[in-house]
Amino acid sequence: MNTAELARTLNAARVCAPEVDREVAGAYTSDLLSDAMANAPENGVLVTIQAHKNTVAVATLRDLAAIVICNNRPIPDDMIEAARSEGIAILQTAEDQFAVSGRLYPLLRAGS
Amino acid sequence: MLAIPINQDNSPEAVVELLYRLKVKDVMTHPILTAGPADTLRRIQATMKKNRITGMPIADGDRLLGIVSMNDIVEALENGWIDDPASLHMTTNVIVLEDSMSLSFCVSYFNKYSFGRFPVLDRDARLIGIVTASDVISTLLVALNQTLERLEQTADAGRAEPARAEEELDVEFATEPFNFETAGHASTEVKKMLKAAGIDPAVTRRVGIASYELEINQVIHSRGGKMRYRLSPTRLVIEAEDSGPGIPDVTRAMTEGFSTASDRVRSLGFGAGMGLPNARRVSDEFSIDSAPGKGTLVRASFDLASKEGTNR
Repeated sequence: MNTAELARTLNAARVCAPEVDREVAGAYTSDLLSDAMANAPENGVLVTIQAHKNTVAVATLRDLAAIVICNNRPIPDDMIEAARSEGIAILQTAEDQFAVSGRLYPLLRAGS
Repeated sequence: MLAIPINQDNSPEAVVELLYRLKVKDVMTHPILTAGPADTLRRIQATMKKNRITGMPIADGDRLLGIVSMNDIVEALENGWIDDPASLHMTTNVIVLEDSMSLSFCVSYFNKYSFGRFPVLDRDARLIGIVTASDVISTLLVALNQTLERLEQTADAGRAEPARAEEELDVEFATEPFNFETAGHASTEVKKMLKAAGIDPAVTRRVGIASYELEINQVIHSRGGKMRYRLSPTRLVIEAEDSGPGIPDVTRAMTEGFSTASDRVRSLGFGAGMGLPNARRVSDEFSIDSAPGKGTLVRASFDLASKEGTNR
């Protein structure tokens, strides 16, 4: 599954769509950036409500493919700009982290 | 005196282009600390020491009158006029740069004159900043990295093996208290630098994690600090040094889940008490030197030849 398909699957808005739709491998759900920093998988998706620039820094350092912002949290322009320059997709959805994780689990769990 | 080792006559075109594209205002430090002509040299020396700077412009409002350097202070101590006002002993024949000048000009100045810093004036001769050689070098390094990365991306896919870092390299970034705008900047730049140098991606990721945690710690907890990166062919050492307030109980701070962060910091997703433990976990060597009131120096070292992954 790539980031474009991920957006369709979640019925999420593509707030930042880099030129290349990266393949997604795995996901991690957390609102603690240090936790995400320690445990998110490479090329994975971070499911969170932390809609600010520092989330992009974590995603960059951890080589994540996408960030899914839940509960329709507003996404500041500087976050979008940072994600664009780093080639990281940002999706925004009205659903919460539980619902998003539930949708992604059968699709992205190891081996599927 | 620190010269800037760039040959402007026969450098690669991309470097020359940068030297012309970047302006003095892109590299200068601002706002700057200044002293008045009536301030004593002793007071100026104290301010310089406290802020770890080696020279201070003397100004009346935004009009530059002169400059007091470390040499002037040493001379004042030797000759017993440390309690005199700056106006009596400051260097008044100051060479300045204008903010719109190209970096090329600025580099020539550093290599031509043996000064450690140049005050920067705007078009209306108002003092607006100061440039040191290390400002120039670090800005150039960041810009060169960006250029290099762009060149790499456009180069053919079948290009030669990436080179290993062959030379010693030191870079430094400043962090500011509670400035979450620039937090993470040092770590992402260094990650790009290591990537460009062909360092193993798993090692690069570990460096990124440690660097980011230490950087964020400075932003959250310190009065500001420096993130230094020393790269040699076999090793990368991160030195995160801040100017206080220091950690009263290092063992406790290293305990997962222990945090002194404020609610505001926690609302941003930080302050979970995982920063230092995370940084230690991914480092090959890790040490903290801290005392209350003194400041903290964290050293994290990485063996660049290592091929181990992230889940250590």
